[in-house]
Amino acid sequence: MTTEKPLRPQPQFPEPDTEPFWEATKDHELKYQTCDKCGEVIFYPRAHCNACGSLDTTWNVSKGEGEVYTFSVIMQSRHPAFKDIGPYALAYVDLDEGFRIMTNVVGVDNPIDDIECGMRVKLTWEDQGEGNIAIPVFEPA
Amino acid sequence: MAQTRDAAIVGIHEYPSRVVGSGVSALQIKAASAAKALEDAGLSWSDVDAVYDTGSHQNIGGLGISEYLGIKPKIIDSTSVGGTSYEFHANHAAAMIAAGKCNVALLTYGSTAHSDRRAIGTGGYASSGPNNPHNNMEAPWGMTLISNYGMVKARHMHQYGTTNEQFAAISIATRKHAMRNPEAVKAMTELEFVGIRELTVEDVVDSRMVAWPLRLLECCMISDGGGAVVIASKEVARNTAKKPVWIIGTGEATKYRENGGDITVSAGGQSGPRAFADAGVSPSEIDSLMVYDSFSITVMCLIEDLGFCAKGEGGDYVTQGHLVFDDPAGPALNTDGGGLSSNHPGERGIFLLLEATRQLRGESTSQIADAKLGLAVGNGGQLGSRHATGVTILAAD
Ligand SMILES: [Zn+2]
Repeated sequence: MTTEKPLRPQPQFPEPDTEPFWEATKDHELKYQTCDKCGEVIFYPRAHCNACGSLDTTWNVSKGEGEVYTFSVIMQSRHPAFKDIGPYALAYVDLDEGFRIMTNVVGVDNPIDDIECGMRVKLTWEDQGEGNIAIPVFEPA
Repeated sequence: MAQTRDAAIVGIHEYPSRVVGSGVSALQIKAASAAKALEDAGLSWSDVDAVYDTGSHQNIGGLGISEYLGIKPKIIDSTSVGGTSYEFHANHAAAMIAAGKCNVALLTYGSTAHSDRRAIGTGGYASSGPNNPHNNMEAPWGMTLISNYGMVKARHMHQYGTTNEQFAAISIATRKHAMRNPEAVKAMTELEFVGIRELTVEDVVDSRMVAWPLRLLECCMISDGGGAVVIASKEVARNTAKKPVWIIGTGEATKYRENGGDITVSAGGQSGPRAFADAGVSPSEIDSLMVYDSFSITVMCLIEDLGFCAKGEGGDYVTQGHLVFDDPAGPALNTDGGGLSSNHPGERGIFLLLEATRQLRGESTSQIADAKLGLAVGNGGQLGSRHATGVTILAAD
């Protein structure tokens, strides 16, 4: 546990739509929902299906494998958690189960040169301290 | 659908200062602009019977601004969809006027974004935003506004092979127009731009990287400013001071980040065809094209999605003799200098209507010869996630 490093912006609770997603990150599980009525993959998480309005949804755990849909490399951010880490990659990753998550691609030397659209990636976690939520990020597979 | 001419823009004003300092508020910019726009129309304060306001400034919306101005409207509309709110407002005003619900609609905008030193682009989310699913699913990864658009540009380049040199054509054309507009030159001077001159491809592609693949000269300025638009019924428009500019086509749409969706296609893919069908005209007939240039990629996507060229061919389109006011290929892009080089206090949509109107009145500093049809297309929210695209097609009298 590192308390010296400033924390990233944290999800704020109570927020009942996304709280189950974030609770699961404490066990390093990346969860997403499917609709019991129409089968749609629902993401970002919410209590209803955004395709048909059904309130009957099921939580599933992703294998955490997918590909970079697109990304941008942020050269400057004023947030304390990001301003001193150098250029970092914001990305949309398409998980193999059919949902798209906003995330970071980490574990590369130079994000501009070493990341490409379509690149295969796998899930890893940025822990936020003992007992806290963890933030899902991706690294080259 | 047959084209109708029930409502027209009859009065306009663009607040001249882009750096107002601490002694002027957003509400004061709105009121001063309203008075000038009504004067431009030859109408008076008491003629206004409909008020449109986003409510995004000083936390005062349609009700509060009506009281502040001293107007008792029959119609209040506080639609707030980011920078394109003003196309939505103009479209709604035209519909309400056509329905006989009001006669003189007032749209105002005022912002002190520069003086407030709001870090619109690079600030990212605060960790103490309201509890909602959007913040909870975006803030933890350090997204900034520019990186949201950067993701769209990266995908456009990947999917269609569009180059940085092609994107630069957008910045070059708008700067050329800005250099002909004394208010834009003054804005760039007050905002301490480095190198206030026409741009080369090298200037753009060598400028500082902000959020790869977006560079500084592909990003709009952050100014203070505002303006007002007066829209009136055809009966009122017969007696206004200047020639009316008719609202002949309107379209609105939204788009969200979707599983498996194509991020390079904006909501303009829906609202553009709606507006063209409403007006009964086609993209090739448009003389002046006012596109929300928050970033180069916004213009690239909207030009394609509205059908000025095929999807993915915008890179060729912007480099093959379009955009500049005196290029016969037309249409001309952002002849006031745009958000890149003239005015962007956070919600630029109203300036698209103002410059489109100037063109159709023959009042632009980069006047298109014999301009008959203009189009304003705004983009509000964030192009790479949830956003709205409003389209307003205008015709000369
Ligand atoms: Zn469903």
